Amino acid sequence: MERNPMRRQLQTLRKSLFDQGYLDDQFVQLEELQDDANPNFVEEVVTLYYRDSGRIILNIEQALERKPFDFNKLDAYMHQFKGSSSSIGAKKVKAESTLFREYCRSRNGEGCMRTFQQLKKEYATLRRKLEAYFQLARQAGPVETACRPK
Amino acid sequence: MAAQGRHGGQESNKMTALVVDDNTVNRMIHHRLLDNLGIENVAVVNGKEAVDIHCSGKTFDLILMDMDMPVMNGIEATRQLREMGIRSMIAGVSTRSMEREIREFIEAGLDDYQEKPLTMSKLISIVHKING
Repeated sequence: MERNPMRRQLQTLRKSLFDQGYLDDQFVQLEELQDDANPNFVEEVVTLYYRDSGRIILNIEQALERKPFDFNKLDAYMHQFKGSSSSIGAKKVKAESTLFREYCRSRNGEGCMRTFQQLKKEYATLRRKLEAYFQLARQAGPVETACRPK
Repeated sequence: MAAQGRHGGQESNKMTALVVDDNTVNRMIHHRLLDNLGIENVAVVNGKEAVDIHCSGKTFDLILMDMDMPVMNGIEATRQLREMGIRSMIAGVSTRSMEREIREFIEAGLDDYQEKPLTMSKLISIVHKING
């Protein structure tokens, strides 16, 4: 049982991200790559994700302003975006990406626009939640490892 | 036993890998996965760079090849590498799930195919194939 109250809070917050469907097992895979030599690996990957995918979001926004829609281009952008989102375990964002691609394939412009709005909401919500999580993780400090008593 | 790898002509017993992926996030994760297994690795951003690095004389024990990339995709890069006589383990990694697309990638000359996202257990299964 975690004695440190901040650590307990962190664990609760982390659990809620999974229970509420924001994150999937891929996030755990990233956590397992974090160690003493790379203590901030997960945060670094997530930061890179938001920086990189922000450009793709902008590209999609601009593409949705051009009529008629180039569904092949939109699908290609979203393929990229979905790949990155999947790699960090962004479950809800990935689901909206999948739906968007289905609308691209069925040439449904309305569906694309509607789904894209929802995707941006999920994307922003996840960002806020992860920023809060990482801030709390920094405040909570590193996990104490077992050591022999002196 | 780790296969012999070469970097710039120097022999090393450490396994070596080339990550071929246009996605920055995936390159970072694949680099870390390989690092964790003690595999020296470099990354390039498309199939043409993968071919070029081999033309420069470098070889790798393992190539993690993404499918969809600009300039030259993974299918074409795999074909060219095999035509050049490159016998390294080439593992395709992609988010594609359609059988036809995966088959085309495999027929280009892959030794293995894994669906993204790549995990430690998937990478270990690839590495075990190298070690036999």
